[in-house]
Amino acid sequence: MAHQYNAETYAAAKKEIWKITWILSILTLVELALGYWMYFSQANMSHSMVMFIKGTILILMCAKAFYIVAYFMHLKHEIKNMIMTIIVPLLLFVWFIISFLYEGNSYKKLRNTYDKHLQEQTTIKVEEKHHGTDKKHNTKETHDTKAEGKH
Amino acid sequence: MSTTAVQNTKWWNGGKSPFNLEYGKVMMWYFLMSDAFTFGAFLISYGTIRFSTNGWPDPNHVFSSYPFKAEGSAAAPLVFVSLMTFILIVSSVTMVLAVQAGHHQDKKGVVRNLILTIIGGAMFLGCQAWEWAHLFQEGAWWGKNPFVNADGTHATTNFTNYFFTITGFHGFHVFSGVIINIVMLIMTLNNTFEKRGHYLMIEKAGLYWHFVDLVWVFVFTLFYLV
Repeated sequence: MAHQYNAETYAAAKKEIWKITWILSILTLVELALGYWMYFSQANMSHSMVMFIKGTILILMCAKAFYIVAYFMHLKHEIKNMIMTIIVPLLLFVWFIISFLYEGNSYKKLRNTYDKHLQEQTTIKVEEKHHGTDKKHNTKETHDTKAEGKH
Repeated sequence: MSTTAVQNTKWWNGGKSPFNLEYGKVMMWYFLMSDAFTFGAFLISYGTIRFSTNGWPDPNHVFSSYPFKAEGSAAAPLVFVSLMTFILIVSSVTMVLAVQAGHHQDKKGVVRNLILTIIGGAMFLGCQAWEWAHLFQEGAWWGKNPFVNADGTHATTNFTNYFFTITGFHGFHVFSGVIINIVMLIMTLNNTFEKRGHYLMIEKAGLYWHFVDLVWVFVFTLFYLV
């Protein structure tokens, strides 16, 4: 193999690693910022806005995956034959994701249309039950239930 | 090797690897590809079930604690899992630094960065053990889901089943990665690679470790963020 390693390539490699570290950290911070944005203002956010933010997070996720595979796993610096033998089979995921999520969504729609019992069962509001060993928590919960009973 | 030379090389004429890589590394890539399909199948199955269910628990509500959190203090979603994510990213960086040190025959650098990677992996496993124990105390386990859906309706156990199965499978990969890295560290300290004249074994361990980090990118996003 014709790789040549010397002090110069060592310094260049380290520089690239730190650059990618920064990119990954910033992408993660942006993801977290979007996550917190959704958390703090989900109540007054439209459904399409939430979907848009979630989509953005998924795109950032794919960007992070690209940087890890391309630079940390060194795939970008391999020859084209090697890149293709990895990337082409992974393209199956495109079909895999689209068809399965479509199928899941369709199943939900069909059940809600034709199985009214199920639809009723899944729209009843219930109270959260805690099996915690923590006694404080349990007392607090009974207290809450009593308070609600008074209303 | 210059670019023109690469283009003129007839890679498929035999006598050399058409991928310009040694056998072991190509096989590690193929193993990781099969592993990617395993995790992909898990995550897509999780997505399918989530898409086919009315309502789903809010991750910000479920994962809102951290160690030594005061009773009754405000919910802190994403705090602990961000820490876990950064630990894994940093351990991936030290791993790639160890690989580069190996390329340049820098034994000290390999040892230092491998030790840091092992510590990072162990820290991640510790965090995950705490999180599992915490959720178990709250009543969550395979087949048991104490949490309700985000809209207040009754949730199925699919949420906890998928969470424990997928993070468990990932955690087992992290555990194997730590073991592999410890073996690499011992081999480095025994001068095995020095005598062999190359550190290519570290590179294969590195590929595995980065893959573990890569899977966490997906698990983190799909379970905790969206």
